[in-house]
Amino acid sequence: MLLTDLLILILVTLVLRFGLGLRPRSRGLILMLASILVIFWLQPVTSIRFLDFWMPVATLFITIGSWLLTAEPDQKKSRSNLITLTLVTLTILLIALTRYLGLSELIGSLKPPQFGQVLIGTAILLVFVILIARFSSAKKAWLMIGIIFLLTLFVILKTPPLALAGSTFLRSLVGQSLASASPLDIRWLGFSYVAFRLIHTLRDRMSGRMPQVSLQDYLTYVIFFPAFSAGPIDRLPRFIKDLQEPLLPFSPQLGQAFYRLTVGIFKKFALADSLALLALNAQNASQLQSTGFSWLMVYAYAFLIYFDFSGYTDIAIGLGQLLGITLPDNFNRPYLKPNLTQFWNNWHITLTQWFRAYFFNPFTRSLRSKYRGLNVGWIVLITQLSTMILIGLWHGVAWNFVLWGLWHGLGLFVNNRFSDWVKPRLSRLQTHTRMQRSLDAFNTVLTFHFVALGWIWFALPSVPLSLNVFTRLFGLGS
Amino acid sequence: MDFKFFRNVILKALVLFLVLNAILIALPTASSAHQPSLYNSLVPGRERFPFGETPQQAYNFSLYDLEAMFASHEVSAPVRGDTTVRVFVLGDSSAWGTLLTNEETLTGQLNALNLQCGQKQMQFFNLGYPTISVSKDLMLLQRALQEQPDAILWPTTLEAFPLDKQLASPLAANNLKQIETLVNQFNLPLVLPAENNSLWQRTLWGRRRAIADWIRLQLYAIPYAATGIDQIYPHFTPAAWDLEADESFYQFNPPEMERNQLLYQALPAASDMLGQLPLLVVNEPIMISAGENSDVRYNYFYPRWAYDQYRQDLAQAAAQHNIALVDAWDWVDAHQFTNSAIHLTPAGELVFAQRLVGNVMQTLCRESGN
Repeated sequence: MLLTDLLILILVTLVLRFGLGLRPRSRGLILMLASILVIFWLQPVTSIRFLDFWMPVATLFITIGSWLLTAEPDQKKSRSNLITLTLVTLTILLIALTRYLGLSELIGSLKPPQFGQVLIGTAILLVFVILIARFSSAKKAWLMIGIIFLLTLFVILKTPPLALAGSTFLRSLVGQSLASASPLDIRWLGFSYVAFRLIHTLRDRMSGRMPQVSLQDYLTYVIFFPAFSAGPIDRLPRFIKDLQEPLLPFSPQLGQAFYRLTVGIFKKFALADSLALLALNAQNASQLQSTGFSWLMVYAYAFLIYFDFSGYTDIAIGLGQLLGITLPDNFNRPYLKPNLTQFWNNWHITLTQWFRAYFFNPFTRSLRSKYRGLNVGWIVLITQLSTMILIGLWHGVAWNFVLWGLWHGLGLFVNNRFSDWVKPRLSRLQTHTRMQRSLDAFNTVLTFHFVALGWIWFALPSVPLSLNVFTRLFGLGS
Repeated sequence: MDFKFFRNVILKALVLFLVLNAILIALPTASSAHQPSLYNSLVPGRERFPFGETPQQAYNFSLYDLEAMFASHEVSAPVRGDTTVRVFVLGDSSAWGTLLTNEETLTGQLNALNLQCGQKQMQFFNLGYPTISVSKDLMLLQRALQEQPDAILWPTTLEAFPLDKQLASPLAANNLKQIETLVNQFNLPLVLPAENNSLWQRTLWGRRRAIADWIRLQLYAIPYAATGIDQIYPHFTPAAWDLEADESFYQFNPPEMERNQLLYQALPAASDMLGQLPLLVVNEPIMISAGENSDVRYNYFYPRWAYDQYRQDLAQAAAQHNIALVDAWDWVDAHQFTNSAIHLTPAGELVFAQRLVGNVMQTLCRESGN
């Protein structure tokens, strides 16, 4: 996102807060419509014809489908939800009409397809919606189908060979050159986060923890534009609670919002973008000659990724606060934590919590109940490794992300076992404040270096390249 | 918290912004003192000036702030002891070393020859800059005098002399104040456009480019130091071998170039600027094509008649002002050029450097009093 895009978003958000958003009844509706427009606006241009139009449309219809799977039968037929569905459809059609009004520039670089195509496409999607509404129910099997569908889509998008096959298929549909197909053709903005929000609702519906919400509120939650492209992954009940609170234009939240926005803009556009010039990347990793400066570039990458991601989170939280929604924090000084467990409790918090709630905890419970004789150490190793590898794969199905997950999984396991072993032995230290502080400082530096070295796997696309950097850092290369 | 609070915050921010700008306006825009720089302190200085259009690949880019450029160059590193003869090599892209690593440039090759001047090692510094204009060279020379040179080696070519070309170099065009000083000091026949030196240009907004460039230059210090890379080496189209049957050179047509349209005054200006310091001007090697229409032109740059006249005029101007000149125009085989009629291959640079040694020793060593 460019700084100008962000300033436009802030302006739009202020208009919503001080103008239309003041009316409590229309707030949810306006937020939903604004979010729909913004996801079309932010969607990057793709080289496959009109895919940049159909991907936001697909986001909307997948969200509607998920809502139908979680909704009670009477909700599916309620007038207000039908009105919402109609409004969403009309908004899509209106966006398609910008092609003829010469206004398509208003919605980013998007060029909608012919109106006839949009009508047919939307009609087909509506048929699917009707079928899901007619035949589905909030039963486990249907919810499971929904989760599997989302995960399948997710894996296709995140696995380069599958994404390439997807691109080839789509290109053959629209009659474009297959030779130019690339995994990068399918750049579906925000899908990683959308999928995880949807899975959260489907899973919570399965366990009976999901509140009944209208289609409008559900859509607003999933595509809420401040958090659409880079999170955080909020939870539906918390989001709805904020959405239903009255919004006072000059509340203290306004000051906090501007503070977060200022901090976020500084982190992203001043610090992260500057660090990007000197941070480790796929190009310079193979050119390194100096050990000392190679360390500096690894440190630069560690801070780049922190400032970039936490900057985006600050911006999302600031924009959310302007709209009266307090999105959850994603970072809490992670590099100042004295061990890896604490690091992961404070880095990308909402993603970690998501995996803890929907994978780590159920998996641990399942192992404990099914394999009662299994040693605790083995359970910790298996659950930590699998969770961290899955978190790695969430970023992309590639070996470097697997190794990054493995690095952290093993790190967490060692940390867990070592903590258990060392705690009773170091209990006397607690009375020696200075000694304890020194130990904490040492642990913090050690943890930071473990994390920073782990970023090498994450930042570089190939394993030999990462190994080359490791050898350079430790003076083992020629 | 109410409307008044936010109003006051905005007003205070505005006042602080205006005060900061007022301070910036009051500060001098250029300083001859060394700028703060990571180069030559945290990281080694660059072996040639920052220049380039692919910053993310080359960790290098073009900027127009002379002070920042010098501060990033190894020539600005503190001089320890009096054990070397510091020879500054001026010139265009052929001296800077387009498509050449630092070791392969003329400067690099001369340094590799380990020339001794009496008890002292001759150390060559690459102060070439890839645009062709003798005014640009004079400007760099004037600034370089602050860096304790012992001698100057100045390769140049006809393309650098037409009056119309002098400000075609963005470095010269963006440093009009320095060029104006040269024009006034040495009575150069250049007409300069009015410089935009309004108050607005001295505000934070007006200086945003210079400030951003300075920050970027410092940031690229780290990847430059880590990799030693300051240029990318793409596949290139070789310099044209077959040529158009065109006899014109800029606005000039045969049989003669008007001498008052060529800035030969740059030679005495350099000599005056240097005082007692030795100067060796070199008419740098050019590609002498044997392809189609090579009877009309030597290469893409030069029709034969114009270049022949230039060689005579340059020799005459040098002799008139008692300036040492080497005419190296045909020293290098035509196949030892890369993407331009003045860009040499590493082998070509080696030939050039080896043949130049005698003149360098004779002129720059002898006259420097060592």
